[in-house]
Amino acid sequence: MFEAILLTVITAATPLVIAALGELVTERAGVLNLGVEGMMIMGAVCAFAATQMTGSPYIGIVAGIVGGGLFSLLFGFLTLTLVANQVATGLALTILGLGISGQLGESFVGQPGIKLQPIVIPLLSDIPFFGRVLFAQDLTFYLSIALVIGINWFLFKSRRGLKLRAIGDNHGSAHALGINVIRTRYLAVLFGGACAGLAGAQLSLVYTPQWVENMSAGRGWIALALVVFASWRPWRVLAGGYLFGAVTIGQLHAQAFGIGIPSQVLSALPYVATIVVLIIISHNRRTTLINTPASLGKAFVPDR
Amino acid sequence: MRIELQKRARVSTLFSVLSPLLALVLTLIGGAILFWALGKNPGSALYSFFIEPLLEVWSLHELAVKAAPLILIAVGLSICYRSNNWNIGAEGQFTIGAITGSILPVLYPEWHSPMILPLMLLMGIAGGALYAGIPALLKTRFNTNEILTSLMLVYIAQLFLDWLVRGPWRDPQGYNFPQTKSFQIEAVLPEMLASGRAHWGFAFAIIAAVALWFMMRFMLKGFEVQVLGQSERAGRFAGFSARRMVWFSMLVSGGLAGLAGISEVSGSIGHVQPSISPGYGFTAIIVAFLGRLNPLGIIASGLVLALTYLGGEAAQLSIGISDKVSRVFQGLLLFFVLSCDTLIHYRIRLIFAGSQAEAKG
Amino acid sequence: MTFSESEQAASLLSVRGLTKLFGDFAACSGIDLDIAPGEIHALLGENGAGKSTLVKMLFGVLQPSGGQIVWQGNPLTIGSPGEARQLGIGMVFQHFSLFEALTVAENIALSLDPKTPLAKIAEEAASLSKAYGLPLDPYAHVADLSVGERQRIEIVRALLQNPKLIILDEPTSVLTPQEADRLFETLFKLKSEGRSVLYISHRLEEVRRICDRATVLRHGKVTGACDPRQETPASLARMMVGTEVAAVHRDETVALGDVQLDVTDLTVKARSPFAVSLKNISMRVRAGEILAIAGIAGNGQSELFDALSGEYPVADDDRIKVRGKSVGRTGINGRRLLGASFVPEERHGHAAVPGMSLTDNLLLARSQPDRKAFLSGGLASIVRSGAIRLATKRICQQMDVRKSGENPLAGSLSGGNLQKFVVGRELDRQPSIMIVNQPTWGVDAGAASRIRQALIDLAKSGSAVVVISQDLDEIFEVATNIAVISEGKLSEPHPVGSLSLERIGLMMGGIHESHSIPDAMPSSPEATHAH
Repeated sequence: MFEAILLTVITAATPLVIAALGELVTERAGVLNLGVEGMMIMGAVCAFAATQMTGSPYIGIVAGIVGGGLFSLLFGFLTLTLVANQVATGLALTILGLGISGQLGESFVGQPGIKLQPIVIPLLSDIPFFGRVLFAQDLTFYLSIALVIGINWFLFKSRRGLKLRAIGDNHGSAHALGINVIRTRYLAVLFGGACAGLAGAQLSLVYTPQWVENMSAGRGWIALALVVFASWRPWRVLAGGYLFGAVTIGQLHAQAFGIGIPSQVLSALPYVATIVVLIIISHNRRTTLINTPASLGKAFVPDR
Repeated sequence: MRIELQKRARVSTLFSVLSPLLALVLTLIGGAILFWALGKNPGSALYSFFIEPLLEVWSLHELAVKAAPLILIAVGLSICYRSNNWNIGAEGQFTIGAITGSILPVLYPEWHSPMILPLMLLMGIAGGALYAGIPALLKTRFNTNEILTSLMLVYIAQLFLDWLVRGPWRDPQGYNFPQTKSFQIEAVLPEMLASGRAHWGFAFAIIAAVALWFMMRFMLKGFEVQVLGQSERAGRFAGFSARRMVWFSMLVSGGLAGLAGISEVSGSIGHVQPSISPGYGFTAIIVAFLGRLNPLGIIASGLVLALTYLGGEAAQLSIGISDKVSRVFQGLLLFFVLSCDTLIHYRIRLIFAGSQAEAKG
Repeated sequence: MTFSESEQAASLLSVRGLTKLFGDFAACSGIDLDIAPGEIHALLGENGAGKSTLVKMLFGVLQPSGGQIVWQGNPLTIGSPGEARQLGIGMVFQHFSLFEALTVAENIALSLDPKTPLAKIAEEAASLSKAYGLPLDPYAHVADLSVGERQRIEIVRALLQNPKLIILDEPTSVLTPQEADRLFETLFKLKSEGRSVLYISHRLEEVRRICDRATVLRHGKVTGACDPRQETPASLARMMVGTEVAAVHRDETVALGDVQLDVTDLTVKARSPFAVSLKNISMRVRAGEILAIAGIAGNGQSELFDALSGEYPVADDDRIKVRGKSVGRTGINGRRLLGASFVPEERHGHAAVPGMSLTDNLLLARSQPDRKAFLSGGLASIVRSGAIRLATKRICQQMDVRKSGENPLAGSLSGGNLQKFVVGRELDRQPSIMIVNQPTWGVDAGAASRIRQALIDLAKSGSAVVVISQDLDEIFEVATNIAVISEGKLSEPHPVGSLSLERIGLMMGGIHESHSIPDAMPSSPEATHAH
């Protein structure tokens, strides 16, 4: 029983973790992309469509990543090349993503999907309890863990990661040192989009293997909140993601048990939890000030 | 080839006017391509989308019905965005305004008094304003990001509405449909003209837009909004309080969204049901930007966006394409608006590889 | 080309006809410059003369629109700072190009070969900083360091690349005289190793003291090349400014009146992790007096200004008195109504909104004190744009604000003209107290002398003036009394005649009267600025 719950928590947490990690890298480079929800839903619909057409959920995963990534470039072009307002453009990306995905996915509504199957790692998965939970998961879970480790190494150990953090801290100085601000930011936005697309693919291929309009249901926004919660550190994203996963699954189980609380109240719990967590984190202005990338959301126009 | 921006010495007035129009034209071109890709004749599709709804009196009324909430919400949002407060939860404030405004007709269906309608409207405004007060409180008190909190509150409001109409507010004689009793006649916002459905909500929208335009253009308060939006520090130097501005802008926009909510429920639906908005609160964000955050411009852009809703419905009937196309149109429009706004502040130059080498030599 | 082969060979760096256009505006036009190996070469010029644009082209940050750069006899283009560094050009920026959130070692690593491990960089930086007398902890976060320490990072970062030419952009503008002396010693050591230094400054005294040759820029053109030691400050200034700058006149015999501003034992906790706490600050300023508050940037000046202006009121009402009234808890407009007026340091986004017109920026500071004149309609507060336009015109005439068009955006004015407007906006009210933070920071010499004269005239007419400034020349020019702020503490005021530059320098470095310092410092005989 407990093991089953843990497995569902992992499934609920994985898309949040992946999307939040992508946004974390984007924001570390100083770009605030509020379009996570839109990129996620584009990933979901691309992944589902590709899977239905080819029959392979792995091709679906690739399609999700590509879909989310390409879609993020639209945001990149507007905010980085045309220096449009990042907040407004992020909102536009979400609105457009929900619209396009609804249009693209219309013919898929009600079709049974193909689920991405777990990859059972021999030997390791035989470890009692933990083996089944940690080593008999689908690809997206392994990717999420690899991303945490990889991004942590990239940001804090590699020289390119150092440059990316430098751009997020002070893009003017980074430019003066000869770091290509715009190109790095394009890559960071693209990475964030690819991660959001992967997270969306997980939704339509693992979490609920079917296409439902607006199936991201605010997870993109929760992922944005997670980045703040994690104060821009990858390991804390993992912890926060699992906290939210637990809340989501907890309320589903509570609904199934029928404990006398209206289902709507329980469904609202993840959103309420997001607000509560934001209050707790933002409450301390000092830590927020120190951790927030200093040039986050500011436009950069190099003088030539 | 690459694109280079050159800051203009002064804001281009020409492009301030031209940019929304240019965006519209680009959206139409994008739409034509989209229809072509869907295998429809772009010309006739665009015609049934954007022209046909304008040819009949009843559909002009429909246009006013759809434009009313968009304009009401968007003028409120324009105050928020001008003052650098990013309320994106108008959809939730709209929902709560509809709920609080409906308390009287739902709980006292037998109360037949001319007082009921004004009270409903006031309660709708109060409900929307209070709901927008939550992110305002969290921002001023805990420094919490209002974008995320106001958006989370949208989901919570919608679930609350869902619970109400399936639970305590459900009409016992309603054959188990999740909706309340129909409002008594005194609680229904009347039509403006005998010729059609357009109710007084549209008048509220025009009044609100003109009033806020006057404030922004001529009053010290409007000046305060602009100063605090451009520089909080300079605002403090002027003796303005950014904290009070958070409250002011959020309460105004929440109140107007609440008024839009109760007007919609009372004027065009007549009862409360789980779904009362086709995303007005989010579309209003596009309306606000397309109107360049100017209340008078918002009246025009509200009508344009209302047309995309109508056109979506019309196109679904006449040429058999999904009404989701209208969402795509709306998204495209916002994108083109934001891109074209760059022209107001920058001169855009395309640099070709050859000409650059020349410049260096 | 107009120069001989031998000249070209002797120079480390030669620049011929270098031009940079921004749209129609020529920031640099036809610049010629030669730097010999092992010399300290000064680049003199006012703010806006094109110095920064020129060095950005030399360092590859900007690409020239025309002209040629010759490095060790080879004509070349410098495409990026990375290329400049590989040639052997190091740069110390004026507004430091440092990253506050990163450590010293990480900051240095950003401009080095990516293959060198961080630990090795930290080690080398530590040993190099010791060798040049620039102590640094490689693992400290930049946000926690003083301005002087930050400059050391920049210098060490440049030195680690073993450069042949080091460019320093206004390096002493943030240093105490003593810190500046230490920097000069480092520069002499670099010179003795055969490296060249391009030293950018507008401070004539120090250029005369340390530089071998000087090139003077004005309005983007070279207006002179000379040996600064053969010139007088006046002759250098003429090359820099073009015409004689009107000297500031002061009447020494102004009788002081009543106390206008009275601050007693004011203590304010830091509002943010990067701010300074104010500790037990007391001062009394009388009518007719100009109290100048000297100090290095970041020692509590902006916090003091915030408390005095009421932008951030203080808890205890009696700590600050304006003309006898306790105003500690009163906001900025309440204090303005009592006759106080304020000019903050930052023009863009504090004293003025760059994206708004001049008339709007007039209303910014005066909507409340001049309610009757500028607003009508009672509670509705309708803005009277006609009256505001007239007042704007009056101020622009009085302060000689040069602008394009009737009512341009504040951001389109040059620094000097906007500052004249911002000061004029307050003078126009004839305030009885005026508090100014860095009145001439980043302002051309003509505007600076006009502003200083206006402050002196205001005091003469019976107002109390507080000038917070980092510029010691300015302070000696305008002050009747001088106090020094250091780490949030304010010294006793001293009459201007009784203080030497050295003593102020020591006080700015945090050494106060209690430590009893002799007036002349025998240990630094070369530090004798003539005044």
